Amino acid sequence: MDRRFGTLIMASNRALVVLGWTALALITSVSFGSVLAVAFVGDWNHGFPIGALSSLRFTLLQAGISAVICVVLAVPLSRALACRSFVGRRSLVTLLGVPFLLPALVAVLGLLSIFGRSGPVSGALVYFGFQPLNIYGLPGILLVHFFFNLPLVTRLILQGWSDIPSEQFRLAAQLDMRGANFFWSLEWPMLRRVLPGAFLLVFLLCTTSFAVVLTMGGGPKATTLELAIFQALRFDFDLSAAAQLAFLQVLVCGFSVLAVALVQGKSAFGTTLGSFHNRSDGDGTWRLIADCVTIIAASAFLFLPIISILFTGLPALISGLPNSVWLATFRSLLVALTSSVLTVFFSLVIAQMLNTRQDLKTRFAEIASYLPLAISPFVMGTGLFIMINPFADPFALALVVTVIVNTCLCIPLALRGLIPAFAKARQRYGRLALSLDLHGWTAFRVAFWPEIKQPVRFSAAITAALSMGDLGVIALFATPDGGTLPLLMQRLLASYQMDAAAGVAALLLILSFGLFWFIDRGVRIGH
Amino acid sequence: MKSTLLSAAVLGIFAGAGTAQDRPELVVYTYDSFVSEWGPGPIIEPLFEATCDCDLKLVPAGDGAAVLSRLQLEGQHSDADVVLGLDTSISGSALASGLFTAHGIALPELNLPVDWNDPIFIPFDWGYFAFVYDTTRLSHPPTSFTDLRNVPDSFKIIIEDPRSSTPGLGLLLWIKQVFGDDADQVWADIAPNILTVTAGWSEAYGLFLQGEADMVLSYTTSPAYHLIAEYDDSKAAAAFVEGHYMQVETAAILKSSDQPELARQFLEFVLSDDFQAAIPTTNWMYPVRIPVSGLPSGFDTMIVPTKSLLFSNGDAANVRDEALAEWIAALAR
Repeated sequence: MDRRFGTLIMASNRALVVLGWTALALITSVSFGSVLAVAFVGDWNHGFPIGALSSLRFTLLQAGISAVICVVLAVPLSRALACRSFVGRRSLVTLLGVPFLLPALVAVLGLLSIFGRSGPVSGALVYFGFQPLNIYGLPGILLVHFFFNLPLVTRLILQGWSDIPSEQFRLAAQLDMRGANFFWSLEWPMLRRVLPGAFLLVFLLCTTSFAVVLTMGGGPKATTLELAIFQALRFDFDLSAAAQLAFLQVLVCGFSVLAVALVQGKSAFGTTLGSFHNRSDGDGTWRLIADCVTIIAASAFLFLPIISILFTGLPALISGLPNSVWLATFRSLLVALTSSVLTVFFSLVIAQMLNTRQDLKTRFAEIASYLPLAISPFVMGTGLFIMINPFADPFALALVVTVIVNTCLCIPLALRGLIPAFAKARQRYGRLALSLDLHGWTAFRVAFWPEIKQPVRFSAAITAALSMGDLGVIALFATPDGGTLPLLMQRLLASYQMDAAAGVAALLLILSFGLFWFIDRGVRIGH
Repeated sequence: MKSTLLSAAVLGIFAGAGTAQDRPELVVYTYDSFVSEWGPGPIIEPLFEATCDCDLKLVPAGDGAAVLSRLQLEGQHSDADVVLGLDTSISGSALASGLFTAHGIALPELNLPVDWNDPIFIPFDWGYFAFVYDTTRLSHPPTSFTDLRNVPDSFKIIIEDPRSSTPGLGLLLWIKQVFGDDADQVWADIAPNILTVTAGWSEAYGLFLQGEADMVLSYTTSPAYHLIAEYDDSKAAAAFVEGHYMQVETAAILKSSDQPELARQFLEFVLSDDFQAAIPTTNWMYPVRIPVSGLPSGFDTMIVPTKSLLFSNGDAANVRDEALAEWIAALAR
């Protein structure tokens, strides 16, 4: 029945399916094509790069632990946020988006202002006669990755909590279901469905993490594949080595996507009338205290560094930033909004296509949609450069390339929210729509849109904000008067203009978050 | 009409502004900070254009290493006529790429502590690598690598990764030239003091200014920036008795240039007073010719190393890989 409903919509709109496959082909060819381009130009006289295997080991180690920590700790946080209602809860949930949107270096400096050797935590330790905190090495990498990704995972799980029908909670209350019973019958099925995908997302994001690993890593002990790729491209100019390392990266990521697909629980959304949650499982005093502590601790951890970034940058922001900042701001906004529109369009098209059928082909397509996250941004930049150079001046296309890359990198993120939303809409309203003989656009508007509206907003918001902050590949293409804000910040830093750079960082933070807030929150105001 | 105008404007922003085609164009690839508002670019561009009747196009392509890899990617088809900013630690690889041609300029007397008679690379500024510290927090900095090897483990320095940064590579060659076969032992001894190894100079210097470490690998002239631009005399470079390794930044002409005569004219301009006078307070390095107006006051307070160290192009390329392997082995332990 469900399947027929999907087919029904699509039958009236065959073109949409073709568009879906085209979009998927596009992002796959941009990401994989760039690796092939690098491989094609490379000189294959050198063998397999030595040291690749030890960097692979460390890559897996840091990405794996980062993902596990994020996922495990996001569960209690999202649960606390789901169970409690308090003044400012909505704002808090929106604010959780901030860390994920920060450029890596800004996040690192912000975190170090709190947890660094001259931060307040070290200050307190020294005051009580201990050594100052030294977080460099694996702990530092994990801390920064945790800071970045905890909010993202929390949002994903929060969506999962709210997808549990409120009828189930009421039923559980009637049956006086508590503790382990409650967990295994209500919460675990949802977690099994959401957590593997969240784990995978963080794992992939951490696999290609570069500046964080290098700055916090403490030295060559912390050499990742991404650094090896960078070395091959810049230090040795050995394109074949870079391509081999990139293939290895794709292979590893491909395996992890497959592995996760095997353990991931099937999506099963119960039907609901959609009334508000009134959870009965949060009554105990201890649970209340635990939830409060969780929310306060997480907020302190996430927001203190951000407040510190704002305060460091405020003086320069108020006393006036160089004029080039405002043009760069305009360019960044343009890139962000264009990327956001494209991402949402392509993701919607792909998500509805994946929703149409559940056969092997679509499973494969879903796995392929993760691919852009597995490609090193350096390889993608170099590959695109190689592909564009014979036909056009890459400089002239800097912003276009930035938009393409941002879109490719954000589609996998957007899909993680949209695919379950589409599946939920199909399961809940598919039969109803079928019996009411709803077709095409009407079916989409009536049955799908209410369910996917929020994930669409969130995807648009996060893409726009990420594209504001993402340095991506533009550094390879940008002209002196064509940079975006993050690139300008980098250039300020390289010219000793630390205060102005801090000002730009604060501006970037405010703008990214402003965009995010505006797009993400708009939906709930309109509810 | 309105929408046409708007889309034209948007297209214009995406495509970048067009350039006047009536004058010959000289394309110079250089590193990012050279062309930034605070770099020498905005000062020297109009000065050269006033003399050459040409359009000087300064194109930033990342840091020094990125500029070179971009030229290698473009090969013979590069638009670049001149490259500005390859330093001595990578000019060996640049030479091996075979992309550059002899400048054919008779070099005037240079303000360089070493002899220079390279037929391809013309130096335009230089400096010494050094560890920079904050005098308000550190009263007795190490005065030699021997000192540094014996400081307690709680004394922390931040260095840059030689695989991604020129100062990082400079330190690698510095220690290699001073200690030769014992370099790996030196690295092993100072390993506990290395707080972290960053991708580039900006990250390292930013962390240092935030108070993360006692010293950071930078240049002897870094304190001049704080002194002259910020009236802050609290930063100083630690003078090491073994001598300091040099960084010499160079310019060279591309073999594939379609404007070889203009390119040569630009290289002569690089050695002129107009260009050289712009260097000290934009690049915060020493000019290769002392400007007529002299060095800005403040530069005279910088430490002057007793011994200047520098590998020749060929030697730097030869020891580079070995030194890197030693570095990784010593620090990965």
